Amino acid sequence: MNQTISLRVNGLPETHEVPANQTLLQFLRETLDLTGAKEGCNEGECGACLVLLDGRAVNACLTLAVEADGREVTTIEGLGHAGDLHPLQAAFLKHAAVQCGFCTPGMIIAALGLLRDNPDPSEEDVRWAMSGNLCRCTGYRQIIDAVQEAAAAMRGDPAPEAAP
Amino acid sequence: MSEPRWIGQDVPRVDGVEKVTGAARYTADLKFPRMLHAHVVRSPHAHARVLDVRVEKALRVPGVRATATGREFPFHTGIYLKDQTIFATDRVRYWGDAVAAVAAETPEAAAEAAALVEVEYEPLPAIFEVDEGLQPGAPLVHPDLGHYECVPWVSPRAGTNVCNHVKVRKGDYEGALAACAHVFEHTFQVPQVQHVPLESHVAVARADLAGKVEVFTSAQSPFTVRHLLCACFSLPHGDVRVTVPAVGGGFGGKAGIGIEPVVVALAMKTRGRWVRLWIERAEEFYATVVRQGLTATLVSGVDRHGKVQAQKLHFLWNCGAYGGYGVNVVRAAGYTCGGAYEFPHVWGDSIGVYTNRPAGSAYRGFGMSEIHWALEQQMEMVAREMGIDPVEFRLRNCLGPGKSTVTGQVLDEHSGRVDRCITRVAEMLDLRPDRPRTPFHGAGMACAVKAPAMPNDASSSVVLKLAEDGVLEVLISGIDYGQGLKTVAAQFAAEAMDLPMESIRVRGNPDTDLSPYDWQTVASRQTWATGNAVLRAAEQLKTQLFAMAAQALGVPVSELECHNGSVVHPPSGRSLPITRLAMGYQFPDGHTIGGPVAAAASFVPEGLIFLDPETGQSPKPVAKWTFGAQALEVVVDPETGQYRVEKVAACYDVGKVVNPGMIHGQTYGGVMQGLGTGMMEELIVEKPSGRVANASLMDYKIPSTEDLPPEILVDYVETPQTDGPLGARGIGEHTMIPTAAALSNAIFDACGVRILEMPITAEKVLAGLKKQGSLGRCPGKTAASGSSAGDWGPGSGPDPGSGVRGPGSDLLPRSDVAGGEK
Ligand code: FES
Ligand code: FES
Repeated sequence: MNQTISLRVNGLPETHEVPANQTLLQFLRETLDLTGAKEGCNEGECGACLVLLDGRAVNACLTLAVEADGREVTTIEGLGHAGDLHPLQAAFLKHAAVQCGFCTPGMIIAALGLLRDNPDPSEEDVRWAMSGNLCRCTGYRQIIDAVQEAAAAMRGDPAPEAAP
Repeated sequence: MSEPRWIGQDVPRVDGVEKVTGAARYTADLKFPRMLHAHVVRSPHAHARVLDVRVEKALRVPGVRATATGREFPFHTGIYLKDQTIFATDRVRYWGDAVAAVAAETPEAAAEAAALVEVEYEPLPAIFEVDEGLQPGAPLVHPDLGHYECVPWVSPRAGTNVCNHVKVRKGDYEGALAACAHVFEHTFQVPQVQHVPLESHVAVARADLAGKVEVFTSAQSPFTVRHLLCACFSLPHGDVRVTVPAVGGGFGGKAGIGIEPVVVALAMKTRGRWVRLWIERAEEFYATVVRQGLTATLVSGVDRHGKVQAQKLHFLWNCGAYGGYGVNVVRAAGYTCGGAYEFPHVWGDSIGVYTNRPAGSAYRGFGMSEIHWALEQQMEMVAREMGIDPVEFRLRNCLGPGKSTVTGQVLDEHSGRVDRCITRVAEMLDLRPDRPRTPFHGAGMACAVKAPAMPNDASSSVVLKLAEDGVLEVLISGIDYGQGLKTVAAQFAAEAMDLPMESIRVRGNPDTDLSPYDWQTVASRQTWATGNAVLRAAEQLKTQLFAMAAQALGVPVSELECHNGSVVHPPSGRSLPITRLAMGYQFPDGHTIGGPVAAAASFVPEGLIFLDPETGQSPKPVAKWTFGAQALEVVVDPETGQYRVEKVAACYDVGKVVNPGMIHGQTYGGVMQGLGTGMMEELIVEKPSGRVANASLMDYKIPSTEDLPPEILVDYVETPQTDGPLGARGIGEHTMIPTAAALSNAIFDACGVRILEMPITAEKVLAGLKKQGSLGRCPGKTAASGSSAGDWGPGSGPDPGSGVRGPGSDLLPRSDVAGGEK
């Protein structure tokens, strides 16, 4: 059973026929070739597939494409690009918070979702908000530092001198 | 050399922008026209004979294009010991073993068809633990063990379940033990664990009508995958092309060869079509390789001065169903069995045992985390029994310049200094014996050592070439799967050529048709091996540039240097930008010399000598050692047994810090992976079915942000490695080696409970506290220091369950370890 959905993805309108049981993750990756959101588990346990749905971070592997009908989806591809990185992207680079990079899009989206609600999170807040995002490489320290520095930059606080 | 310009700098990851923007393409992100989807039929038995495999029903499912079975592809594979077939031929050896595979137009059709493949099994008795496998008359997991192809430095024992046995005999163990005043014996256990890379295994292949096989795979070692595919399918190397896109973590689980033969077999039956096999998360847990289990029995004979004189190490590795790679973990554990210590008299046995569990293989640390779990607890327990401060005890017994390892290798001043690492972490966490104490707070330490475990001729090569814009392109075939190899290669190239970082482009993501050879990205060898190859190639590149520039400027070659993107002649102050030389130099009259500038170079370690098969002795069994130490602070809740890690200190002798941000990342990541194994990870295999009971991220927890200790302190010692690029040596794996043992030592220090079986769950701690009877007992201090600090607790630290034995008693040197079925 197919259904037609119309939504905005990274600011652009999209209208597509999708199977009723297709996940938002499959739709983004296969139909739109937006492969930044990753499939790490397909069962809501790793956070690699996070995207913003109307500004809130959701597991795209647990969301049906049809649920996004009429809504606004932001993926990692909607944030920044070389020469014009989002402050979170720049902070992840500066803090060496990226290793294999497979968790990185999900991490950045989780952080973005957090900072929309809470522009000045404590370390505890960051840890809690990102506890559903698994990373096997970094050990999280530099990710948390990057999120806090990006939060400061996004609030307009003066930037610290250099990465530790 | 003058102060390095790029080495030691926080150069941002050169593949960072593609990773933070989502632009990086991993294997499953690639699109192939009309790609088929594969699904593997897996064994529902731990051990069974396969009597028949029928695929007719499966082939009738709409959309199914092909099946592949062991009858059609009875080919063996395995990196060191070819003990595995692509699909079961006569028997399955673990729950999840591959029996057949299906390729179909959709993943759903493939899964449906796989369920319709009819397999007739005759169940066989299964074994799950090493002691079962070693019983006389035990069922044999590999009755054909004696017929498998294998490298000469591995010794499988035909007619048994032993896939490798490495012996280390140094000095006179028996005699020395008899003379020792104190003898201690303990047995430690490590379960199988999973690597859990965030990206599961995935490979895509096509066999075209001209006979060429192309493979895209998430792997650590494209050339080894090619080589083993060629051996497996009897293909010439020119007909197999392996490309590795971005890789989402590996940790050893993607070393050697993995799922590639399955997808190539299907591709051969669907010529012209791309076929993808993408392992699901649950399958990743039970059907890809895991870390081996270990049962380690250690006997230490100690003289009255607190020096270990005689050390026995008996390692029984639970290799699971296949040991193709694991046999080398067994070997590495043999020649490193003494850890970071100097033991004058050693009796070591490292024995790999097949069982009907998921197959063991390489895992970050390559056996070292497991043996350090045993050895570093043993040393701590011995120190406490002897009433010696554990830090002091380690310093008294550790390796250092002039001391000899278990294989008889004498270390020199360039071999790395574990003593400095011990001292440093003891300072960082304040481990003074008379430090102030709080009940149920404790601290513990562990050392670490590891060498690259690889064939003696494992090599890396690189190509450097200048592009039209004068940018230096660096072609490498080591895989950057997060550790930062591309960035490190760029730093070495920029350093050697004195170029700005923006004048370097690293071409990783190798393609075996086009890229220079590299053996494997394992063994923490890439910074060192590829780094050296880059430096050598740079020298050749300079020779070409200088030859041209000397003619162009009319000056002697010997007076030329590279400086910030130019070839300069300091005596005259004249210079030529490299952009003018990259494609050859053109004189004003139009005649041109030189040409597009390119150079290639390689690196292979020198002077390595095989272990003596009977004694395990060798003056140089491995290329280098990296030493380190970690210490942890914990707080235990006596009511629940739950505990928190408050602080971690880590220090390694890395020779030279190449990139501070990235080496910190390795350390944080390794510490957390070490805490994962120490605190929570264990693959649960049900008996007698052999089913893995916790094959999901819900049931098999790995550390999350909530498990990150509040403080991780990191420091490095820099004793230059003689054959290291600017003195650097490997570090990637070492960062997790001591963590679990240090955790256990800290928990004992906090509450007097000694956990010998990894992982340290709250249940185990609570059970220990209950057994101990008084919840207030807290032997947090050594006997020597107890009186001075005596604020609480009994103040002395002998381990309650300590297996102290009389001098001269013997844990038999087991000569024969397994029986046979027939
Ligand atoms: S893929 Fe969605 S949470 Fe793991
Ligand atoms: S960087 Fe590899 S999983 Fe996070």
